[in-house]
Amino acid sequence: MSNIPEDLYYTKTHEWVKQDADGTVTVGITDHAQHLLGDMVFIELPDPGSEFNTGDDCAVVESVKAASDVYCPVSGEIIETNVALVETPEVVNQDPYGDGWLFRLKPNDEGEVEDLLDAETYRELAEEESH
Amino acid sequence: MLIFDQSTPGCVNAAQSPVERKAVTAIPEKFRRKAPPRLPEVSELETVRHYTRLSQKNFSIDTHFYPLGSCTMKYNPRGCNTLAMLPGYLQRHPLGPEQLGQGFLACMFELQEILKDVTGMKAVSLSPMAGAQGEFAGVAMIRAYHDANGDTGRTEILVPDAAHGTNPATATMCGYKVKEIPTNREGDVDLEALKQVVGPQTAGIMLTNPSTLGVFERKIKTIAEIVHGAGGLLYYDGANLNAILGKVKPGDMGFDVIHMNLHKTFSTPHGGGGPGAGPVGVNQRLIPFLPVPYVGFDGERYHWLAEKDCPQTIGRLSAFMGNAGVLLRAYVYARLIGREGMHRIAEYSTLNANYLMIKLAQAGFDLALPGRRATHEFIITLKRQAKELGVNAMDYAKRLLDYGFHAPTTYFPLIVPECLLIEPTETESKQVLDAFAEALVKINQEAKENPELLKGAPYSLPVRRLDDVKAARELDIAWQPEH
Repeated sequence: MSNIPEDLYYTKTHEWVKQDADGTVTVGITDHAQHLLGDMVFIELPDPGSEFNTGDDCAVVESVKAASDVYCPVSGEIIETNVALVETPEVVNQDPYGDGWLFRLKPNDEGEVEDLLDAETYRELAEEESH
Repeated sequence: MLIFDQSTPGCVNAAQSPVERKAVTAIPEKFRRKAPPRLPEVSELETVRHYTRLSQKNFSIDTHFYPLGSCTMKYNPRGCNTLAMLPGYLQRHPLGPEQLGQGFLACMFELQEILKDVTGMKAVSLSPMAGAQGEFAGVAMIRAYHDANGDTGRTEILVPDAAHGTNPATATMCGYKVKEIPTNREGDVDLEALKQVVGPQTAGIMLTNPSTLGVFERKIKTIAEIVHGAGGLLYYDGANLNAILGKVKPGDMGFDVIHMNLHKTFSTPHGGGGPGAGPVGVNQRLIPFLPVPYVGFDGERYHWLAEKDCPQTIGRLSAFMGNAGVLLRAYVYARLIGREGMHRIAEYSTLNANYLMIKLAQAGFDLALPGRRATHEFIITLKRQAKELGVNAMDYAKRLLDYGFHAPTTYFPLIVPECLLIEPTETESKQVLDAFAEALVKINQEAKENPELLKGAPYSLPVRRLDDVKAARELDIAWQPEH
């Protein structure tokens, strides 16, 4: 079974969200998602300063199998993106929760983060999908 | 692989060349090139050998079973080629006057009529140059229709998650926002989800029926009612028209606009990016917006209908009227089969798919939608093999090449993990289908006994397993060596 850290929040569309100390959040795709997609070949990131609503497609991860949208887990403003991934997309496969993070976002409403899935609920969802 | 790699300076076949080259005098000096063109220096014989060898390395429908799902790789009868290549057609100039091209125009008019008849639409334009352009023309007409009604608040197009990637791409190209609709466990569009997203902002829905899951969308009438009820239009992606040809008409299902891939359903050659044809058909309310030119008939003469006849047209999609040679092949194919024979295409393609599906299910393969009857294609999922044996759908696909079969479509539709989308088409015999099933059964056995064998496949082809990450990231598309 894929790795699903306890201290993160998750979405049904396989993004993870980490609450940072300064009130921002870091977003990436889960180990389950990178495993399903396979080897990454291109990553397209949003422009810092751009704003998205919850559920908007805001990034693209392209693997040898498919190009998939990454959906914004909570509404807010992009403050930083992991530009190193443009040259080394394989890091998303190697370290999805660490160096493979996609972007940092300042949420409009921190309460929205609390409404995301917890690790246990996401695990059930991922397990159901792989049966 | 490049002919330039075989170039030797000064290489010509002197024995078969003219002894003396005549100087060029007929072309004025100022129009003559100063430097020689950068051509490979190879003899004619070496050139023939090079391209013959390349063609022999090809996996093609003329040499191998090619069950590439959602692509309808059927046999192209040679007679269609022969007739489309008659000198009268080949030598016709696209700018020639209408009165000297009445024969060609008659063929195009009749093709429009045939496509109208078999799809239940009210008018057809042949001008889109390929399926993707047909899609673009279709959604552009939806947009033009809403704009003409002053209905400018419609900003969204609905697309099911099983759709071809071209659908969301088309909607985006036409300036719409894409809303994805999930598919339920039986393979139908999730009606509750549809009801939630449909509204006054809905411009239309793009549907493929049968869907890319290889099943007929059973609730199509309800979907049409929901979308029409909200003021949206229905777009039919003709990718899978082969399954229902002569049996069900998209017009009767409630579709307002459709595109057809003649290179699939009407048996024109699938070019590797070469000329295609993606005609569009519309119902009454979209006729004014059809792309021009298309052929009209006043009872005596055939003529092109252009901007002056169709002031609301979305316009032209290319310099002329579509790919004439491709359209002619489709016309001959349609006439060869006849209206009374069209339904047999649907019947045999569906029979072949269901035969192969049941054979593979009985041999122990998992079907993606075991409760459903297949249309012209079906999906097996190798999720269990991937989990238990560590071999995936791509390994099976590559190993099939060693058995002399082109692989089915892999990893599409995206919503079925480790899938093979298999479309045998109506042109294959039972013997070929049996041999293909037998190969898959053997590969399944190999996967259990020696999974490493599959991971290294193919072994028998000129090119072994490619590094697909490297191929995507470091494109090598040079037309000549870099020096």
